[in-house]
Amino acid sequence: MSELRKLTLIVVILVAIIGLLTAFVPNMIGITPQWGGADAAAVSKIGEIIEYKPWILPLWEPPSGEIETFLFSLQAAIGAGIIGYIAGLYTGRKEKKRDRI
Amino acid sequence: MEGFLPLTWVIFWYAASAPFIVYGVWRLKKIIREYPESKPMLAVAGAFAFVLSSLKIPSVTGSCSHPTGTGFGAIIFGPAVTSVMSVIVLLYQALLLAHGGITTLGANIFSMGIVGPFAAYLVYKVLRNIAGFNITVFAAAALGDMATYVTTSVQLALAFPAPVGGVLRSFIGFSGIFAVTQLPLAIIEGLVTMLLFTYLFELKPDVFRIFHIEDKATSMEA
Repeated sequence: MSELRKLTLIVVILVAIIGLLTAFVPNMIGITPQWGGADAAAVSKIGEIIEYKPWILPLWEPPSGEIETFLFSLQAAIGAGIIGYIAGLYTGRKEKKRDRI
Repeated sequence: MEGFLPLTWVIFWYAASAPFIVYGVWRLKKIIREYPESKPMLAVAGAFAFVLSSLKIPSVTGSCSHPTGTGFGAIIFGPAVTSVMSVIVLLYQALLLAHGGITTLGANIFSMGIVGPFAAYLVYKVLRNIAGFNITVFAAAALGDMATYVTTSVQLALAFPAPVGGVLRSFIGFSGIFAVTQLPLAIIEGLVTMLLFTYLFELKPDVFRIFHIEDKATSMEA
Protein backbone atom coordinates (compact mmCIF):
# COMPACT_ATOMS: atom_id res chain seq x y z
CA MET A 1 0.00 0.00 0.00
CA SER A 2 1.40 3.42 -0.96
CA GLU A 3 2.15 6.05 1.65
CA LEU A 4 -0.68 8.22 0.37
CA ARG A 5 -3.24 5.42 0.60
CA LYS A 6 -2.11 4.61 4.10
CA LEU A 7 -2.41 8.26 5.10
CA THR A 8 -5.87 8.52 3.50
CA LEU A 9 -7.04 5.48 5.43
CA ILE A 10 -5.69 6.86 8.71
CA VAL A 11 -7.38 10.23 8.15
CA VAL A 12 -10.73 8.66 7.22
CA ILE A 13 -10.68 6.40 10.30
CA LEU A 14 -9.69 9.22 12.68
CA VAL A 15 -12.31 11.62 11.29
CA ALA A 16 -14.95 8.88 11.61
CA ILE A 17 -13.94 8.28 15.25
CA ILE A 18 -14.14 12.01 16.02
CA GLY A 19 -17.54 12.14 14.31
CA LEU A 20 -18.85 9.22 16.37
CA LEU A 21 -17.51 10.63 19.64
CA THR A 22 -19.19 13.95 18.91
CA ALA A 23 -22.55 12.24 18.79
CA PHE A 24 -22.17 10.86 22.33
CA VAL A 25 -19.94 13.27 24.24
CA PRO A 26 -22.50 16.06 24.86
CA ASN A 27 -24.93 13.72 26.63
CA MET A 28 -22.08 12.09 28.54
CA ILE A 29 -20.96 15.42 29.97
CA GLY A 30 -24.52 16.43 30.75
CA ILE A 31 -25.35 18.77 27.86
CA THR A 32 -28.53 18.36 25.88
CA PRO A 33 -27.22 19.16 22.43
CA GLN A 34 -29.19 21.65 20.34
CA TRP A 35 -26.72 21.49 17.44
CA GLY A 36 -27.16 25.22 16.87
CA GLY A 37 -24.37 27.49 15.69
CA ALA A 38 -21.64 28.56 18.11
CA ASP A 39 -22.47 32.10 16.96
CA ALA A 40 -25.96 31.81 18.42
CA ALA A 41 -24.48 30.53 21.69
CA ALA A 42 -22.16 33.55 21.75
CA VAL A 43 -25.09 35.91 21.18
CA SER A 44 -26.93 34.48 24.17
CA LYS A 45 -23.70 34.77 26.18
CA ILE A 46 -23.57 38.48 25.32
CA GLY A 47 -27.15 38.70 26.60
CA GLU A 48 -25.99 37.27 29.94
CA ILE A 49 -23.30 39.95 30.26
CA ILE A 50 -25.17 43.02 29.09
CA GLU A 51 -28.47 43.88 27.49
CA TYR A 52 -27.43 44.52 23.93
CA LYS A 53 -29.35 44.99 20.72
CA PRO A 54 -27.47 44.77 17.40
CA TRP A 55 -27.28 48.27 15.99
CA ILE A 56 -27.52 47.16 12.40
CA LEU A 57 -29.16 44.24 10.63
CA PRO A 58 -27.70 42.16 7.79
CA LEU A 59 -28.30 43.79 4.39
CA TRP A 60 -29.81 40.57 3.11
CA GLU A 61 -30.61 37.25 4.66
CA PRO A 62 -31.39 33.96 2.95
CA PRO A 63 -35.21 34.00 2.84
CA SER A 64 -35.44 30.38 4.02
CA GLY A 65 -33.43 27.55 5.51
CA GLU A 66 -33.55 25.81 2.13
CA ILE A 67 -31.95 28.75 0.36
CA GLU A 68 -29.34 29.03 3.09
CA THR A 69 -28.49 25.35 2.66
CA PHE A 70 -28.27 25.89 -1.09
CA LEU A 71 -25.83 28.79 -0.72
CA PHE A 72 -23.64 26.91 1.76
CA SER A 73 -23.60 23.89 -0.55
CA LEU A 74 -22.76 26.13 -3.48
CA GLN A 75 -19.80 27.49 -1.55
CA ALA A 76 -18.53 23.96 -0.85
CA ALA A 77 -19.18 22.87 -4.43
CA ILE A 78 -17.26 25.78 -5.97
CA GLY A 79 -14.28 25.13 -3.71
CA ALA A 80 -14.31 21.36 -4.20
CA GLY A 81 -14.68 21.81 -7.96
CA ILE A 82 -11.59 24.00 -8.16
CA ILE A 83 -9.51 21.63 -6.01
CA GLY A 84 -10.67 18.61 -8.01
CA TYR A 85 -9.98 20.30 -11.34
CA ILE A 86 -6.43 21.26 -10.42
CA ALA A 87 -5.61 17.94 -8.75
CA GLY A 88 -6.85 16.26 -11.94
CA LEU A 89 -4.81 18.60 -14.10
CA TYR A 90 -1.64 17.80 -12.15
CA THR A 91 -2.37 14.06 -12.22
CA GLY A 92 -2.81 14.20 -15.99
CA ARG A 93 0.42 16.12 -16.52
CA LYS A 94 2.32 13.72 -14.30
CA GLU A 95 1.02 10.71 -16.21
CA LYS A 96 1.85 12.31 -19.55
CA LYS A 97 5.38 12.96 -18.38
CA ARG A 98 5.73 9.35 -17.28
CA ASP A 99 4.47 8.07 -20.66
CA ARG A 100 7.07 10.08 -22.52
CA ILE A 101 9.86 8.55 -20.50
CA MET B 1 -23.18 38.42 14.09
CA GLU B 2 -23.94 41.60 12.15
CA GLY B 3 -24.35 44.66 14.40
CA PHE B 4 -23.07 42.92 17.51
CA LEU B 5 -19.74 44.70 17.64
CA PRO B 6 -19.90 48.25 19.03
CA LEU B 7 -18.83 50.89 16.50
CA THR B 8 -15.48 51.70 18.12
CA TRP B 9 -14.47 48.04 17.86
CA VAL B 10 -15.74 47.87 14.28
CA ILE B 11 -13.38 50.70 13.36
CA PHE B 12 -10.56 49.31 15.49
CA TRP B 13 -10.57 45.88 13.81
CA TYR B 14 -10.91 47.31 10.32
CA ALA B 15 -7.91 49.53 11.00
CA ALA B 16 -5.93 46.64 12.49
CA SER B 17 -6.60 44.38 9.50
CA ALA B 18 -6.11 46.90 6.70
CA PRO B 19 -2.28 46.98 6.60
CA PHE B 20 -2.11 43.17 6.42
CA ILE B 21 -4.52 43.13 3.50
CA VAL B 22 -2.57 45.80 1.64
CA TYR B 23 0.66 43.87 2.20
CA GLY B 24 -1.09 40.59 1.27
CA VAL B 25 -2.34 41.98 -2.06
CA TRP B 26 1.19 43.19 -2.82
CA ARG B 27 2.64 39.76 -1.98
CA LEU B 28 -0.03 38.01 -4.03
CA LYS B 29 0.72 40.17 -7.08
CA LYS B 30 4.44 39.55 -6.63
CA ILE B 31 3.98 35.78 -6.48
CA ILE B 32 1.75 35.78 -9.58
CA ARG B 33 4.26 37.94 -11.48
CA GLU B 34 7.40 36.07 -10.46
CA TYR B 35 6.05 32.54 -10.31
CA PRO B 36 3.02 32.34 -12.61
CA GLU B 37 3.30 28.53 -12.46
CA SER B 38 2.09 28.71 -8.86
CA LYS B 39 -1.31 30.14 -9.86
CA PRO B 40 -3.18 26.81 -9.77
CA MET B 41 -1.83 26.16 -6.26
CA LEU B 42 -2.98 29.62 -5.17
CA ALA B 43 -6.43 28.69 -6.46
CA VAL B 44 -6.34 25.45 -4.48
CA ALA B 45 -5.40 27.33 -1.30
CA GLY B 46 -8.29 29.78 -1.76
CA ALA B 47 -10.70 27.01 -2.70
CA PHE B 48 -9.70 24.96 0.33
CA ALA B 49 -10.60 27.83 2.67
CA PHE B 50 -13.83 28.22 0.71
CA VAL B 51 -14.83 24.58 1.21
CA LEU B 52 -13.76 24.20 4.80
CA SER B 53 -15.45 27.35 6.03
CA SER B 54 -18.74 26.23 4.47
CA LEU B 55 -18.85 23.01 6.49
CA LYS B 56 -20.70 23.51 9.73
CA ILE B 57 -19.68 20.55 11.79
CA PRO B 58 -21.34 19.39 15.02
CA SER B 59 -19.03 19.34 18.01
CA VAL B 60 -18.68 17.99 21.54
CA THR B 61 -20.36 21.03 23.08
CA GLY B 62 -23.60 20.26 21.27
CA SER B 63 -23.08 23.29 19.03
CA CYS B 64 -21.86 23.50 15.45
CA SER B 65 -18.99 25.52 14.06
CA HIS B 66 -16.82 25.44 10.97
CA PRO B 67 -13.11 25.07 10.29
CA THR B 68 -11.18 27.82 8.50
CA GLY B 69 -9.01 26.10 5.91
CA THR B 70 -6.38 28.84 6.09
CA GLY B 71 -3.46 26.72 7.30
CA PHE B 72 -2.84 25.19 3.88
CA GLY B 73 -2.30 28.52 2.12
CA ALA B 74 -0.39 30.02 5.03
CA ILE B 75 2.19 27.24 5.03
CA ILE B 76 2.90 27.51 1.30
CA PHE B 77 2.41 31.18 0.47
CA GLY B 78 2.74 32.83 3.88
CA PRO B 79 0.09 34.33 6.13
CA ALA B 80 -0.45 37.67 4.34
CA VAL B 81 -1.55 36.02 1.09
CA THR B 82 -3.98 33.90 3.07
CA SER B 83 -5.40 37.07 4.64
CA VAL B 84 -6.54 38.17 1.19
CA MET B 85 -8.16 34.78 0.55
CA SER B 86 -10.05 34.98 3.82
CA VAL B 87 -11.59 38.28 2.72
CA ILE B 88 -13.22 36.52 -0.25
CA VAL B 89 -14.61 33.78 1.98
CA LEU B 90 -15.84 36.21 4.63
CA LEU B 91 -17.50 38.49 2.07
CA TYR B 92 -19.34 35.56 0.47
CA GLN B 93 -20.67 34.46 3.85
CA ALA B 94 -21.48 37.98 5.06
CA LEU B 95 -23.33 39.08 1.92
CA LEU B 96 -25.07 35.87 0.84
CA LEU B 97 -25.55 33.97 4.09
CA ALA B 98 -25.88 36.66 6.77
CA HIS B 99 -23.13 34.68 8.47
CA GLY B 100 -20.51 36.97 9.97
CA GLY B 101 -21.28 40.48 8.73
CA ILE B 102 -19.97 43.69 7.22
CA THR B 103 -19.58 45.41 10.60
CA THR B 104 -17.75 42.37 11.94
CA LEU B 105 -15.68 41.88 8.76
CA GLY B 106 -12.60 43.65 10.13
CA ALA B 107 -12.67 41.57 13.31
CA ASN B 108 -13.23 38.36 11.36
CA ILE B 109 -10.41 39.13 8.92
CA PHE B 110 -8.18 39.67 11.93
CA SER B 111 -9.03 36.33 13.56
CA MET B 112 -9.47 34.10 10.50
CA GLY B 113 -7.22 35.87 8.01
CA ILE B 114 -4.39 37.15 10.17
CA VAL B 115 -3.96 35.47 13.56
CA GLY B 116 -4.91 31.98 12.36
CA PRO B 117 -2.60 31.93 9.32
CA PHE B 118 0.24 33.57 11.28
CA ALA B 119 -0.08 30.93 13.99
CA ALA B 120 -0.11 28.15 11.39
CA TYR B 121 2.94 29.62 9.66
CA LEU B 122 4.82 30.00 12.92
CA VAL B 123 4.04 26.45 14.06
CA TYR B 124 5.18 25.17 10.68
CA LYS B 125 8.47 27.09 10.85
CA VAL B 126 9.20 25.92 14.38
CA LEU B 127 8.27 22.27 13.91
CA ARG B 128 9.57 21.53 10.44
CA ASN B 129 13.12 20.88 11.61
CA ILE B 130 12.06 18.94 14.67
CA ALA B 131 9.05 16.83 13.69
CA GLY B 132 8.06 14.78 10.64
CA PHE B 133 6.51 16.41 7.60
CA ASN B 134 2.97 15.15 8.18
CA ILE B 135 2.92 15.93 11.89
CA THR B 136 4.22 19.43 11.18
CA VAL B 137 1.50 20.21 8.63
CA PHE B 138 -1.15 18.69 10.88
CA ALA B 139 -0.10 20.71 13.92
CA ALA B 140 0.24 23.94 11.94
CA ALA B 141 -3.26 23.69 10.44
CA ALA B 142 -4.92 22.52 13.67
CA LEU B 143 -3.30 25.19 15.85
CA GLY B 144 -4.00 27.89 13.25
CA ASP B 145 -7.67 26.91 13.38
CA MET B 146 -7.66 27.06 17.20
CA ALA B 147 -5.87 30.41 17.19
CA THR B 148 -8.64 31.89 15.03
CA TYR B 149 -11.36 30.98 17.49
CA VAL B 150 -9.35 31.95 20.56
CA THR B 151 -8.96 35.34 18.89
CA THR B 152 -12.70 35.57 18.29
CA SER B 153 -13.20 34.91 22.00
CA VAL B 154 -10.71 37.65 22.90
CA GLN B 155 -12.43 40.07 20.52
CA LEU B 156 -15.83 39.44 22.07
CA ALA B 157 -14.42 39.61 25.59
CA LEU B 158 -12.85 43.00 24.83
CA ALA B 159 -16.14 44.32 23.48
CA PHE B 160 -18.23 42.77 26.25
CA PRO B 161 -16.29 42.67 29.52
CA ALA B 162 -18.26 41.11 32.37
CA PRO B 163 -19.53 43.55 35.04
CA VAL B 164 -17.76 41.35 37.60
CA GLY B 165 -14.41 39.91 36.53
CA GLY B 166 -14.07 42.02 33.40
CA VAL B 167 -12.44 40.94 30.17
CA LEU B 168 -10.86 37.80 31.62
CA ARG B 169 -14.16 36.52 32.94
CA SER B 170 -15.85 37.16 29.59
CA PHE B 171 -12.97 35.54 27.74
CA ILE B 172 -13.42 32.36 29.76
CA GLY B 173 -17.11 32.42 28.89
CA PHE B 174 -16.63 33.01 25.18
CA SER B 175 -13.78 30.57 24.78
CA GLY B 176 -15.96 28.00 26.55
CA ILE B 177 -18.20 28.36 23.50
CA PHE B 178 -15.79 28.95 20.62
CA ALA B 179 -12.52 27.30 21.61
CA VAL B 180 -14.03 24.17 23.12
CA THR B 181 -16.43 23.71 20.20
CA GLN B 182 -13.47 24.14 17.89
CA LEU B 183 -11.24 21.44 19.43
CA PRO B 184 -12.46 18.43 17.41
CA LEU B 185 -12.92 20.62 14.33
CA ALA B 186 -9.33 21.80 14.55
CA ILE B 187 -8.15 18.19 14.66
CA ILE B 188 -10.27 17.42 11.59
CA GLU B 189 -8.88 20.49 9.81
CA GLY B 190 -5.35 19.39 10.68
CA LEU B 191 -5.94 15.88 9.33
CA VAL B 192 -7.58 16.99 6.09
CA THR B 193 -4.95 19.67 5.46
CA MET B 194 -2.20 17.12 6.03
CA LEU B 195 -3.81 14.77 3.50
CA LEU B 196 -4.29 17.43 0.80
CA PHE B 197 -0.78 18.70 1.40
CA THR B 198 0.82 15.28 0.99
CA TYR B 199 -1.34 14.50 -2.02
CA LEU B 200 -0.48 17.69 -3.90
CA PHE B 201 3.16 17.45 -2.87
CA GLU B 202 3.36 14.04 -4.52
CA LEU B 203 1.71 15.37 -7.67
CA LYS B 204 3.53 18.68 -8.02
CA PRO B 205 6.58 19.00 -5.78
CA ASP B 206 8.20 21.74 -7.91
CA VAL B 207 5.62 24.36 -6.92
CA PHE B 208 6.24 23.57 -3.25
CA ARG B 209 10.00 23.82 -3.79
CA ILE B 210 9.62 27.39 -5.08
CA PHE B 211 8.42 28.23 -1.59
CA HIS B 212 11.16 26.18 0.08
CA ILE B 213 8.96 23.31 1.14
CA GLU B 214 10.92 20.10 0.91
CA ASP B 215 9.68 16.82 2.21
CA LYS B 216 12.78 15.44 3.87
CA ALA B 217 11.80 11.85 3.20
CA THR B 218 11.32 12.53 -0.51
CA SER B 219 14.47 14.53 -0.95
CA MET B 220 16.50 11.77 0.68
CA GLU B 221 15.18 9.25 -1.82
CA ALA B 222 16.18 11.54 -4.68
